[in-house]
Amino acid sequence: MGPTSLTDFYALDDLLSNEERLLRDTIRRFVDDKWMPIVADHFDAGTFPMDLVPQIADLGLLGIHLDGYGCAGASATAYGIACRELERGDSGLRSFVSVQGSLCMFPIWKFGSEEQKQEWLPRMAAGEIIGCFGLTEPDHGSDPGSMTTRARKDGDDWILNGAKRWITNAGIAHVAIVWAQTDEGIRGFIVPTDTPGFEARKIEKKLSLRASVTGEFYLDDVRIPESFRLPEAVGMKGPLSCLSEARYGIVWGAVGAGMACLEAARDYATGREQFGKPIAGFQITQAKLAEMLTDMTNASLQAFRLGQLKELGRCEPAHVSMAKRHNVRAAIDTARTARTILGANGISLEYPVIRHMVNLESVLTYEGTEEIHTLVLGETATGVAAYR
Amino acid sequence: MNVVVCVKQIPDPSVPGQLEADHTLDRSAKPILDESDSFGVEMALQLVDAAGGGEVTLISLAPNGEVSGLRTALAMGAAKAVLASDDAFAGTDALGTAKVLAKCIERVGDADLVLAATESSDGYTGTVPVQVAELLGWPALTFAKKVDIADGVVTIQRQTEAGYDVVQSSLPAVVSVTAGVVEPRYPSFKGIMAAKSKPVDNVTAADLGLDGQVGWAGARQSIVKVEQAPARLAGEKFEDDGTAAEKIVAFLEDLKVI
Ligand SMILES: Cc1cc2nc3c(=O)[nH]c(=O)nc-3n(C[C@H](O)[C@H](O)[C@H](O)COP(=O)(O)OP(=O)(O)OC[C@H]3O[C@@H](n4cnc5c(N)ncnc54)[C@H](O)[C@@H]3O)c2cc1C
Ligand SMILES: Cc1cc2nc3c(=O)[nH]c(=O)nc-3n(C[C@H](O)[C@H](O)[C@H](O)COP(=O)(O)OP(=O)(O)OC[C@H]3O[C@@H](n4cnc5c(N)ncnc54)[C@H](O)[C@@H]3O)c2cc1C
Repeated sequence: MGPTSLTDFYALDDLLSNEERLLRDTIRRFVDDKWMPIVADHFDAGTFPMDLVPQIADLGLLGIHLDGYGCAGASATAYGIACRELERGDSGLRSFVSVQGSLCMFPIWKFGSEEQKQEWLPRMAAGEIIGCFGLTEPDHGSDPGSMTTRARKDGDDWILNGAKRWITNAGIAHVAIVWAQTDEGIRGFIVPTDTPGFEARKIEKKLSLRASVTGEFYLDDVRIPESFRLPEAVGMKGPLSCLSEARYGIVWGAVGAGMACLEAARDYATGREQFGKPIAGFQITQAKLAEMLTDMTNASLQAFRLGQLKELGRCEPAHVSMAKRHNVRAAIDTARTARTILGANGISLEYPVIRHMVNLESVLTYEGTEEIHTLVLGETATGVAAYR
Repeated sequence: MNVVVCVKQIPDPSVPGQLEADHTLDRSAKPILDESDSFGVEMALQLVDAAGGGEVTLISLAPNGEVSGLRTALAMGAAKAVLASDDAFAGTDALGTAKVLAKCIERVGDADLVLAATESSDGYTGTVPVQVAELLGWPALTFAKKVDIADGVVTIQRQTEAGYDVVQSSLPAVVSVTAGVVEPRYPSFKGIMAAKSKPVDNVTAADLGLDGQVGWAGARQSIVKVEQAPARLAGEKFEDDGTAAEKIVAFLEDLKVI
């Protein structure tokens, strides 16, 4: 049985259209040629290769699932395939594309005025403007509805005060989508990061998602005009609908990261000899690989079906919660098991496994922790909410 | 300026290939664009761009009406394609392939330049481009690592062992380009979607007026035998007694790699 059948055991890629297949092959080639040779160094240095942004944009990956304004209008499955292939390279690469497309461009596309769409979307699709999404605060993570960042009306302007933490791309972004409390409830604002009173800082010393910039920003009497508020974003539905889009990408991304670990583990097990034979020949190794293969095939099935439901307009937030929770768990378990198969080499950046393994710790937490998605499914099953 | 690019659609080299009983490659799986031809496509797109107008047309001879390799090149930016596909082409040899491609070029009609790779990744005879040129009665310029067009003249740098020759000819002409000379662009997703609706003109042997001249009937070569390549001999080992470096240098000089 060859390598292709291991990562696509149920021949699910046969369900792809010719265009989706060509997209898959193109991104795979891009990741292999341009990303893989540099990822370990960027992970080590804690940087994202900004010089790749123009190429990522040329591929049409920024806002790929949006229609118009310079975006490609991809199907849900094509968007998913893109995320899968990017995260096969690194969760940081997929995060960059998810944050730009689903968390920053999507709210402008969905809740913005026509002028806002024209002004921002084409340049964001071209990668000329990088965005970040500020929802989480130092004291409010899983319960963002209790955020304390405030926007106060002052004549025709808004004045923003507060702090956002754990924000992907804060520090390199040109524009921030900021969610804040107002007298009428939660509202969204487009805040250029060079506005006086806006200050961003990179979070150092993190041990996960290192090839992605994570930071925090402070809003100190940041004054912006009413025309920078997203007119159609009303209440928590605004940020939550963005997260649902990005989570959908994670469902597929986790498949990419897990498959990369599975492949690395199988290749290593067949090549590495101990006690006079390949370690692949020991039953314990085989049991591990059988489990990983089954888990990742299940994850793939969830991703493909979720894509179909999304295309049919039948995808509910609880569906996304199930698949995010399931697939990230499958991927992180696979990564951890793969790490054991690689022995000491399993902790080296010479191999992709430890990188994926520690990255997935972030993926398990962001966009709704595993626990919160468990509560979503619990509520779906019982009708009883148990969040508080 | 209009450029025609010969593109071969070949079985995916990353999947182990199978031979048919008649010694030809099993071509039943979905083929891909031969990587060798992706350089010609990129060069053609750059030349048309530099000329400020015109279009790139692809031509391909392939079994089973296969277009998946063509779609890749269309997604990169080629405008249209002519696909020669017909059961009557089965068994066509290299000269027959050249006849088909030459007829396709005539069918396109307004080509200023034809690009092909110096050799394909599967058949690898390296004979088709010059045969096409001969059949058209056009000049053939081979092993180009750089191609420039100005005032109706094509100038190439012809790769040689020592460096390169500069070769010129009038247009129209056939130029074969070596691998790796340009970096083939990644098709954008928009390009991929646009390729779906770009025209592919599917032609038969009869359409090209080649009935009886191609296929098994027209083939003047036949593959009589296929043999496994001999197993690689064990490498030579130099124990370092202080002279290993010199021995390795001498060995590499023998191979003409340094
Ligand atoms: C690398 C990285 C990038 C990020 N990027 C962004 C970004 O771009 N934008 C953004 O806004 N945010 C971002 N985040 C923040 C992320 O979304 C939050 O970390 C996440 O929502 C969890 O919040 P918290 O860290 O405050 O944990 P907490 O909410 O404090 O949770 C701590 C623990 O308590 C559990 N818990 C909380 N409530 C309950 C409950 N009711 N029942 C049971 N268990 C509970 C949680 O599941 C978790 O295990 C990022 C995070 C990381 C690590
Ligand atoms: C008796 C015989 C029977 C054969 N039967 C079959 C068969 O049934 N099916 C089959 O597919 N092959 C068959 N082949 C192989 C096929 O004929 C050769 O692959 C073909 O002649 C091209 O030769 P090459 O690949 O060596 O070209 P090369 O000269 O190495 O190719 C150089 C360049 O020419 C262009 N070119 C070559 N072939 C094509 C093409 N088909 N379309 C577009 N551009 C091209 C490309 O740019 C290529 O890179 C047969 C060969 C023989 C001898």
